[in-house]
Amino acid sequence: MELTTVWFILIAVLWIGYFFLEGFDFGVGMLLHPLGRTEVDRRVMVNAIGPTWDGNEVWLLTAGGATFAAFPNWYATLFSGFYLPLLLVLIALIARGVAFEYRGKIDDERWRARWDLAIAFGSWLPAVLWGVAFANIVAGVPIDRNGNFTGTLFTLLNPFGLLGGVVTASLFALHGANFLALKTEGEVHDAARGAARRIAPVTIAAGAVFLLWNQIARGAAWTWATVAVAAVALVASAVLERGGRDGWAFVATGLAIAAAVVSLFGSLFPDVMPSTTDAAFSLTVHNASSTTYTLKVMTWVAAVMTPVVVGYQAWTYWVFRQRIGRHHIPPVHVPGAH
Amino acid sequence: MDALDLARWQFGITTVYHFFMVPLTIGLALVVAWYQTRWYRSGDQAYLRLTKFFGKLFLVNFAMGVVTGIVQEFQFGMAWSSYSRFVGDVFGAPLAMEALVAFFLESTFIGLWIFGWDRLPKKVHLATIWLAALGTTASAYFIIAANSWMQHPVGVRFNPTSGRAEMIDIWKVLTNSTTLAAYPHVIAGALMTAATFVGGISAWSLIARRHALADVDRRGLRRALRGAIALTLVSGVGIAVTGDFQARIMFEQQPMKMASAEALCETETGPGLSILALVGESGPDCNLRTWAIPKGLSFLATHTTDATIKGVNNLNTEYQAKYGPGDYRPSLFITYWGFRLMILFGAIASFASVVGLWLTRGGRDLPRWKWLAPGAIAVIATPFLGNIFGWVFTEMGRQPWVVAPNPTGIPEVRLLTADAVSQVPAWTVATSLIAFTLIYGSLAVVELRLLARYIKAGPAGVMPDDSADGGSGGGGTTDDPDAGTRPLAFAY
Repeated sequence: MELTTVWFILIAVLWIGYFFLEGFDFGVGMLLHPLGRTEVDRRVMVNAIGPTWDGNEVWLLTAGGATFAAFPNWYATLFSGFYLPLLLVLIALIARGVAFEYRGKIDDERWRARWDLAIAFGSWLPAVLWGVAFANIVAGVPIDRNGNFTGTLFTLLNPFGLLGGVVTASLFALHGANFLALKTEGEVHDAARGAARRIAPVTIAAGAVFLLWNQIARGAAWTWATVAVAAVALVASAVLERGGRDGWAFVATGLAIAAAVVSLFGSLFPDVMPSTTDAAFSLTVHNASSTTYTLKVMTWVAAVMTPVVVGYQAWTYWVFRQRIGRHHIPPVHVPGAH
Repeated sequence: MDALDLARWQFGITTVYHFFMVPLTIGLALVVAWYQTRWYRSGDQAYLRLTKFFGKLFLVNFAMGVVTGIVQEFQFGMAWSSYSRFVGDVFGAPLAMEALVAFFLESTFIGLWIFGWDRLPKKVHLATIWLAALGTTASAYFIIAANSWMQHPVGVRFNPTSGRAEMIDIWKVLTNSTTLAAYPHVIAGALMTAATFVGGISAWSLIARRHALADVDRRGLRRALRGAIALTLVSGVGIAVTGDFQARIMFEQQPMKMASAEALCETETGPGLSILALVGESGPDCNLRTWAIPKGLSFLATHTTDATIKGVNNLNTEYQAKYGPGDYRPSLFITYWGFRLMILFGAIASFASVVGLWLTRGGRDLPRWKWLAPGAIAVIATPFLGNIFGWVFTEMGRQPWVVAPNPTGIPEVRLLTADAVSQVPAWTVATSLIAFTLIYGSLAVVELRLLARYIKAGPAGVMPDDSADGGSGGGGTTDDPDAGTRPLAFAY
């Protein structure tokens, strides 16, 4: 297999890792207000992702860094072209990251309420925007002969792009609800299952329309299989959830995320950013990539480091495998709280 | 202002802000790991309380460093896409390695450390903080390697067809002499930052909070103060030695930067080291390069007294012949003063540690002078300012290049900052510049407020109330079968 193809697959794998992992912690943030009616329930929710959200986010940094290293022209066109949406993503990630760490540091309701808003906003916004961004990458955007995006923010807000946003937002919310059902007990667990039940129909409907639309417009023959896997996984997650199989329902939404990413990347290949201005200006795995030498070096680094990273991250989830509930939440203990 | 100026301001503001957090994170991770090791070995509660106290301050700072770091990686593509296309083949590699090797390690093990109290065996829990510290220290290496390549591109060829730099040797990139000189300098600076932070806070607490401190904390903070003073001194020497080494390399690799740092306008043999030059913003006035240490600059550059050092104007003429018409002089005002302020602030911190050493000699208590407590807090700022002025000096001194040509390398591998910017409308960059400035500004207020609150509360403020949580003290780790039903030792 050509190295450029290997790296196209590796970039897809990094995004799968990112959406699988941060997908559920986005979902937890999105559900913070509807499910966390009391302060202690909100703390249960935040602590369910507390030990791991930061490590999850590094998958994004790695996807970005790997794109820079392996496909510099893709990185340059994508990041400069999607400047404003990425600015919003950055603001959102700053707000929620600081919020997780700071919300409990002062015992004051208004202080916490503000950070909770930052968590909700900081989770909703990227959950929507990643869908908008990827729908537009796959569908193509105006790119000139120098590889520069020539549209505006509104170019991206087309029906397919917006539907992509609905899909990722509902998918991550569902994934987050399933994660909470798996990781918590008591009131939060029950509320999370109720939420999963309500979100699932939206996710299934939006996901089906989006993936079919994409498949019919530009899919390859084999990507029909990924559409089918995504559909079966989403329906299965709903069935499993009703049967009380929290763990398997979570695995099923994770599988749906992976299948959806594969479906999009599969229909994209060998382009990485098609141009709607002129197909000759499209960025492909060939004209956007680094040299063979750089790809070789990076392949070695990825081959050695990725299993190590997956290993210790998996161990982290094992260490914190215990379900948590209200009785696990210690009393507030911060300076000035007495 | 056009997109270029705005993008430069944005890079400057976001990077300076980010680098307020980074050295403290690197240094403090090591210091906290050290305290925890002392506690693990001795069982002394004083060290446990230092671990938790400075660990809490560390985390408040760490969170801000993490989130502002994401901006750094994204803005190469967002605002500097022409740069990214030109250098991506070589520059992307250390960035991707930084994420894969260092960021995963740091963020995963920080999570394990924060939430692992009482849940992991003691030894494993101790290992998590060391691994997180290793991650932060390693991340600095990769980003310094990336930056050093911009100062001194090696391990590459120029591809005339694609018009970009292409990597031919990753080891040359990772073992660039510029990196090997800069990395220890940055790490020594990080250690001094953390040492001054710990020392300043300990001194302030011992004076201003002496009636509120428990005996165990008085004991702990006194040890912390003495250790911090020693570490400030050692890292101060380290900074001087590595800085001297770096300066000599820089005279060879970027003579223009060093000449302008010294306001040396015309080539001289055995030039003196300028202590104070009246460098105006409009440009240097070479006649006012007064108060020089005879032969000092020659010594700084080569450790000999009769070296010929090229002046800014001569180098400019040379570069015009080599790289075409243009002005290749950086801002003399900024490089000259950036260089001096970097040294000045590092020297103040070192001097303060000597004062501290004298005041605490033979285990003495700190005297109760009125200015000592606020003075100790004020000294904390000096290494931060030294770090920032150092970066302002070295980045502004590289201008007008974003990739400075390597005098002994491939001359085509060079890029002007003006040619590096993205083709995006100026208002777009203005939007993000304003957004980042406002958000960073308000977050700075929040972070400083939180730090002040936790510093005032002292170690007692972060220790769980022993009577309230069943007496575990949050101090340990356990294989207790009831661990699954008790409240978490640590929770957000």
